[in-house]
Amino acid sequence: MNEPLHRSLGLTDEEAEAIEEILNRPPNHLELAMYAVMWSEHCSYKSSRMHLRRLPTEAPWVLVGPGENAGVVDVGDGIAAAIRIESHNHPSAIEPYQGAATGVGGILRDIFTMGARPIAVMDSLRFGSPEDPRSRWIAEGVVSGISGYGNAVGVPTVGGETVFDETYAGNPLVNVLCLGLMPADRLVLGQASGEGNLAVLLGASTGRDGIGGVSVLASASFGDEEEEAEKRPSVQVGDPFEEKRLIEACLALLDAGLVVGIQDLGGAGLTCATSETASRGGAGMDVDVAAVPRREPGMEPFEVLTSESQERMLAIVSPDGLDDVLAICDRWDVQASVVGRVTEGGLLRVRDGFDGPVLAELPAASLHEDAPLYDRPRHPPDDWEAARADTPDHLPPPEDLAADLLDLLANPSWVYSQYDHMLFCNTVVGPGSDATVLRLKHPSTGADTGRGLALTADGNHRWCAVDPRAGTAMTVAEAVLNLACAGARPLALVNCLNFGNPEHPEVMWQFSEAVDGMAEACDAFGIPVVGGNVSLYNESNGHNIDPTPVIGLLGVIDSLTRIPPGLVWNEGDRVIVLGAGSSELSGSLWAASAAGHKRGRLPTLDYEQHRRVAGLVAGLVAHDRLSAVHDVSSGGLGVALAEMAAVSGIGFRGARIHNHAELFGEAPSRVVAAVDPELLPEVEAAAAATGVTVARIGLAAGDRFAIKGLLDLDVSAVTDRWLSAMSDLAGQAQ
Amino acid sequence: MTTKVGVVVFPGSNCEQDVVEAVDTIGGSGELLWHKDSGLGDVDAVVLPGGFAHGDYLRTGAMARFSPIMDAVERFAREGGPVVGICNGFQILTEAQLLPGALYKNRGLKFLCQPTMLRVNSTGSILTRDLSIGDELNIPINHFEGNFICSEQVLAQLRDKDQIVLTYQDNPNGATADIAGISNENGNVVGLMPHPERAAHPLLGSTDGASLLRGLISSG
Repeated sequence: MNEPLHRSLGLTDEEAEAIEEILNRPPNHLELAMYAVMWSEHCSYKSSRMHLRRLPTEAPWVLVGPGENAGVVDVGDGIAAAIRIESHNHPSAIEPYQGAATGVGGILRDIFTMGARPIAVMDSLRFGSPEDPRSRWIAEGVVSGISGYGNAVGVPTVGGETVFDETYAGNPLVNVLCLGLMPADRLVLGQASGEGNLAVLLGASTGRDGIGGVSVLASASFGDEEEEAEKRPSVQVGDPFEEKRLIEACLALLDAGLVVGIQDLGGAGLTCATSETASRGGAGMDVDVAAVPRREPGMEPFEVLTSESQERMLAIVSPDGLDDVLAICDRWDVQASVVGRVTEGGLLRVRDGFDGPVLAELPAASLHEDAPLYDRPRHPPDDWEAARADTPDHLPPPEDLAADLLDLLANPSWVYSQYDHMLFCNTVVGPGSDATVLRLKHPSTGADTGRGLALTADGNHRWCAVDPRAGTAMTVAEAVLNLACAGARPLALVNCLNFGNPEHPEVMWQFSEAVDGMAEACDAFGIPVVGGNVSLYNESNGHNIDPTPVIGLLGVIDSLTRIPPGLVWNEGDRVIVLGAGSSELSGSLWAASAAGHKRGRLPTLDYEQHRRVAGLVAGLVAHDRLSAVHDVSSGGLGVALAEMAAVSGIGFRGARIHNHAELFGEAPSRVVAAVDPELLPEVEAAAAATGVTVARIGLAAGDRFAIKGLLDLDVSAVTDRWLSAMSDLAGQAQ
Repeated sequence: MTTKVGVVVFPGSNCEQDVVEAVDTIGGSGELLWHKDSGLGDVDAVVLPGGFAHGDYLRTGAMARFSPIMDAVERFAREGGPVVGICNGFQILTEAQLLPGALYKNRGLKFLCQPTMLRVNSTGSILTRDLSIGDELNIPINHFEGNFICSEQVLAQLRDKDQIVLTYQDNPNGATADIAGISNENGNVVGLMPHPERAAHPLLGSTDGASLLRGLISSG
């Protein structure tokens, strides 16, 4: 092939011209490679940036908003929480185990870069149909990769979600969220300042793995499998033991106050870390490429500068503190090498030896601030109006409603039992619940604050396929309700926006709509967006995935004195629904599962009503008035009730659910609660006082799962199906 | 006197703070020891905590047993000092031949993190001497390699000498004779796969682990 170099590096002709204008001369090969990685979609957010500005990002408790390595919020008691979510979709499609493993490694570094000790990981996983062997292979590899890396690195994986749907065939989604804690007064930013300060590269040697990962993998679509095999060397390989030592060494450096700024090496490797720290600090940097420890001989400077070898950090330290820095690194067997010097003037210079020839010279900030910004064309799909009119109402009702319900059940314990979800002894409510609940202990002293954090990761591509704007708003609303079920109030949101090819106007329209939906919901609930990640080009063989914004929501529980109710109800409990009902089936799991139907109009989300329901539920949970509680989401009332029965091993005798639409509809702002009969009047009075509709729908009792006029099953059939579904899907024996 | 429990940190250990916290909660005093140290200071008991010492890239525990502190741990154990290995610590104790047998990959070849029900099978160990045979304990496991194996002769000896400390009610990993934890003949060295420190606070759903660790505190 004879195409110009800039094109083979993923730069357009216009972008190449812009680089020449910045430098006032043609860039050399190394400089071009550096711009190519930094101006990639993955690093520059060039297609998404203008939209992301519409998200609300401020609140009094926000210490660091979007744009840094992680968002940071004040959670009280002198503690700050750092949170971030990131995708590792493309690497995981090609090499599932390492793709997912390095996804965990990368997000951990984002958190301890801020000075926080990572205390919890969540993963939001989406795979193609389980009937497809390749999708099962990917699922198995991804779960093993998260398990293999996360467990060994010593950070618990406390929750997440696992979804199978044909839309992800060939393009799985692996979104990993990490939460960390630090003393509120120890916030570290990834910046280099102070002329003469040193840039010390910590951790692994630099190899040829992951060169151009951000531009080759994450910023282009997939074609056939042969092509994917060729991309495999662009996937990095993870080493959790190196990362574990790196975490301990970096936190020890921060404890000792030896670090001016610190930055992880992720996408775009050393190029990104050096230029980002320098430009944030308003400084420049001389980088000695010869001082970078290498894994193999014969590496070219552009390879060293763009390698995405894992488990590396760049610390900016003062020359006086260097010996102490090296001593701490030695204790943890972490390699440390001085590779750069902070300079005045804003130029990033790559040299061969500190006094050797200059191999590249460019304004550090130009790699970030001058990155192109695209307002890509967008419009709704041509059949948008017709799609909205095509509701699932015309679908034939189920022939065997009980069978349809059983088909929708899947207990994810096959996935999360492979993850250490208990480390640090914080996990009060673990995976498989509406929201994970963690004890909040002071990160320095270990002192228990008596309060808790609640965390949830949610996405719903079916809702967003029907209507990206309303679907995204409903996703935020669901997360709010998940936290309410744990007695928590929301504090901060992070998002991972997984979409198809942004060069398709329909995809850009979906993206823009989703951002608007998220902004609208966050405004309505008073939740700041403190960080995000955009993954575009989720397209495989010409098929764009359904729009899949995934959100992570962090909340606080002001007094955590007992384990929140969870899903287990007691014999004799009254079962009620809080929140108004609806029989709208558009976007429901049932419609997609029974007929592959993802069109129509989503049920209306009334923010005022939603706030009332969430507030009511959080209050009832806080005052221990509910035996069990579960929000109504995927699979509607039917799945919520069946899950509660399955977990409890106690049946349900219900009525007043009249048809499949009422059973499977997924209208928002609803919660199923089980209540001791003696407490029922009090609960109903509280609902009335807040203007929330209550419906008594049955009794938790016996060994039948029965709804009058609709179905009657042995509760063990429900439990068995729920327990086995996910492991069957993944082709595993129990 | 407060019992001082030394918790050894190998690079790759990750349960050390949890053990210290649990020990402190029940009235002991946990203290971290570094694997490169050659002495144990003035501790009354030693815990080798869970985690992935040295990354476990070789056989689990195979490298940790050569850490400098292990000589001191071995001396302490042979002199009758209380030594407990939890999970990875159990693996290290078998590699160091302070306990017999070995920990093999789980039967299902999957990592398992889940609650398990245990039964106290011996009260001759430092962890169980205040408990009764047949007591049921709800304590979680968290391992890939927890499938205890040993020869017929060793198993016979473990039975004869009352060294089978804890057994699983519902064997999750294929362990020989449902073994979850064993001791040496003296009962002062105990290795167990379940994590008692993860069941030592009411908010974690069980405090049965504290019952085990209390034995360690009173033994010091």
